[in-house]
Amino acid sequence: MSDFDRESMLEMFIFEMNHLVDQLESTIVQAESEYNIDQINEIFRIMHTIKGSSAMMMFDNIAGVSHSIEDLFYYLREDNPKNLDYKRLSDHVLSGADFVKEELAKIQDGREADGDGTELAETISNFLKQIKGIEPSEPTISAPAQPAVARSAASPITSTAGDMMHKYRARIHFQDGCEMENIRAYTLVHNLQEFAQDITHEPQDVIDEETIPIIRKNGFMIEFSSSKDYDYINKHLGQTVYLRELTLDELGTPEAKAAAVPVSAPVEDVPVAAKEAVVLEEVIAPPPPPSDAAVGDTAHRKGAASHMISVNVSKLDALLNLMGELVISEAMVTQNSELEGLQLESFHRETRQLRKIVTNLQETVMSMRMVPLSATFFKMHRIVRDMCRQLDKDVQLDIVGEETEVDKNIIEHIADPIMHIIRNSIDHGVEQPADRSKANKPAKARVLLEAKNAGGDVLITIKDDGRGINTAKVLAKAKNNGLTTKADNEYTDKEIMQFIFLPGFSTNDQVTAFSGRGVGMDVVTSNLEVVGGTALVDSVPGEGTTFTLKIPLTLTIQEGMSVLVAGAQYTIPIANIIKSFKAQPENLFTDPSGNEMITERGEIFNIVRLHEFFNIEGAVTDICEGTLIMLENGEHVVCLLVDDLIGQQQAVVKPMPKYFKKVQGLSGCTLLGNGDISLIIDVAGFFDK
Amino acid sequence: MATVQNMLEEERHDDTIKDQYLTFAIEDEDYGVEIAYVKEIIKMTPITKVPEMPNFIEGLINLRGDLIGVLDVRKRFNKPSKDHDEETCIIVIMYSDYTLGMIVDAVQETAIIPEERIFAPPSAKLSYANQFIRNIGKVGDEVKLLMDIERFLAQD
Repeated sequence: MSDFDRESMLEMFIFEMNHLVDQLESTIVQAESEYNIDQINEIFRIMHTIKGSSAMMMFDNIAGVSHSIEDLFYYLREDNPKNLDYKRLSDHVLSGADFVKEELAKIQDGREADGDGTELAETISNFLKQIKGIEPSEPTISAPAQPAVARSAASPITSTAGDMMHKYRARIHFQDGCEMENIRAYTLVHNLQEFAQDITHEPQDVIDEETIPIIRKNGFMIEFSSSKDYDYINKHLGQTVYLRELTLDELGTPEAKAAAVPVSAPVEDVPVAAKEAVVLEEVIAPPPPPSDAAVGDTAHRKGAASHMISVNVSKLDALLNLMGELVISEAMVTQNSELEGLQLESFHRETRQLRKIVTNLQETVMSMRMVPLSATFFKMHRIVRDMCRQLDKDVQLDIVGEETEVDKNIIEHIADPIMHIIRNSIDHGVEQPADRSKANKPAKARVLLEAKNAGGDVLITIKDDGRGINTAKVLAKAKNNGLTTKADNEYTDKEIMQFIFLPGFSTNDQVTAFSGRGVGMDVVTSNLEVVGGTALVDSVPGEGTTFTLKIPLTLTIQEGMSVLVAGAQYTIPIANIIKSFKAQPENLFTDPSGNEMITERGEIFNIVRLHEFFNIEGAVTDICEGTLIMLENGEHVVCLLVDDLIGQQQAVVKPMPKYFKKVQGLSGCTLLGNGDISLIIDVAGFFDK
Repeated sequence: MATVQNMLEEERHDDTIKDQYLTFAIEDEDYGVEIAYVKEIIKMTPITKVPEMPNFIEGLINLRGDLIGVLDVRKRFNKPSKDHDEETCIIVIMYSDYTLGMIVDAVQETAIIPEERIFAPPSAKLSYANQFIRNIGKVGDEVKLLMDIERFLAQD
């Protein structure tokens, strides 16, 4: 196999493995107190896949560890023992997951996956023996005492004597022209191993391409025994991709296992085929999108997932850039200055059609990049669990709105901030259970992680019911570090709390494993800045702390309204605009401190003059002569005075050149159809000044 | 500062651009900027003002789809502004992470100024604009003031 093949296979392998480990962790953390049968099945299935794939890629250490866990869950599934020490069980599985993650990280960095899993596998096997010891009435499986280090790509599940075994024979014809029949046959055999044993098939050596014509002509014959009933087998085989015809016969139960001595090559002998099959399996049935990782989703996913493909993000990025250029050049053509004053009826009709297609295309490209937050959110369960165990705290993490979707590039930048805030909340915010009961709070603390859409932004809220932020302590610390710029009594509580986002700030006197080193909260702000987001903190002493992260839904293309001020164009995101209107002189008034206001339909709004805000000369200064635009940001509303409206426009957002310092009220710039530049207004800026 | 010096040293090793300076005029003086920093020279184009910027930052221009910032060298040197004319140019420079345009009265030529023709400026800071001058180079009898780009771009 060439390096290239291995490279691309490795990439898929890592992708799939990471996904499985995430799924595993969230299942375990959900299950923590007691595992139900669905969860046991789910974990068993995950471990089985991890074992199979890693053995195929010849990472024997991963395969060994996962094999021991698989054995453990096989026992749990079949014998359903009572009174298990679930906490220890979870610890074992999680340490297994950690081992796999560690090895994956090595593989990803191009290093040798050289971790020794023998000891861990041993520990887990011993644990299995131990729980079996408590259950002497079950004389069941012989767990492998040695960790499986063999290339057990497709080692059949150890059989249980207690099960009722049925013997089946199936003949499968693939559709004409589906190609690679031999590999498909191999995949089929591989999938069967989840619940079947003593598999023999004809032709024997499916990896040999010469068998293809035979399979085409005679079909693929396969014999196996399984504890599942006829309907289950029929349904499972019926899901085979490119299946044309399936005949399944039950041969009756075999009297003795010895009768089923393989007459043809057992699958273990074709490791090369095994490797190819990983790829094929990936192509046919890649892992489900992260949303499927949601709790309790144990439905068999192979059938539905066959419509998914995984695409390299860099290709999506390139597509998005091209999309941006297309939007600009479309505007350059349709709004070309040379067209002015011409009678172009059919031209305009066609350009409207073009506009429609470009808009649809753009929405499709954007939607391809949208990923639900669920994977990021569910990872937090593990962090909460680990921290609770180490700090002896009892915290329940509630997740709301995890289905909210955000651009792929943005999601990468918000996982760390969320993690740091949650750590911070549990470490600093949540009290020890004893202190909580003294404060008349339930012993179990709650941390709420919530996402919701708000206009063009996503709001992520992390709320705990801990002790809240001690503003006096924060201010003292800020003063100590020379961060304050005005007298203590001039700071509002809100301003003081924002100090915790500054680099090197931590009020924790002792450094713990989780926080206190003073790194962390500034990571929140710096990570968010990259994607144009902001972080706010609010706290009520004794009642808890709420962090709110505001993140733009997408980075690059925004629907905007172009406005004119003193001859220059500015773009306001449509999502922020409520309406625009002309002011009537009788509705205007000024308060004693000189703030201009307007009454509109019985409500009173502040007026912000854009030209004053930005110190622009030569703008319309008579409010009634210009146009007012009513803007909202969260719950705040303001009326903005501009000279005139120009029209709605797709704005391809470009960041300000790095050399320019950040200007409050501006979020970036955009190119207009005629090549002019328009500055994009950041509505939030009008509310903080 | 040390790293910048290192960078300059490295670039001097490149023979094709060694000792080469692009010279331009501001008022009655001739200035030079190392050619290694110069990306291109373009004629004046419409500039979009950006609010709340230091006075010497003129705004943004569209350079074939890229948006880059533009600085007015006259304003940076605290010299009276002058109406833009036929000769007014924007020199696009690339320095560290930045791509920026500098508005100059006129671009003159590419001059080769070997090291032995370069002298340190008089130590006394004679004028405000002097702080942006690193060295003085001589081409024949003419004096070229060689710019300190780092100082020039610093936004105190």
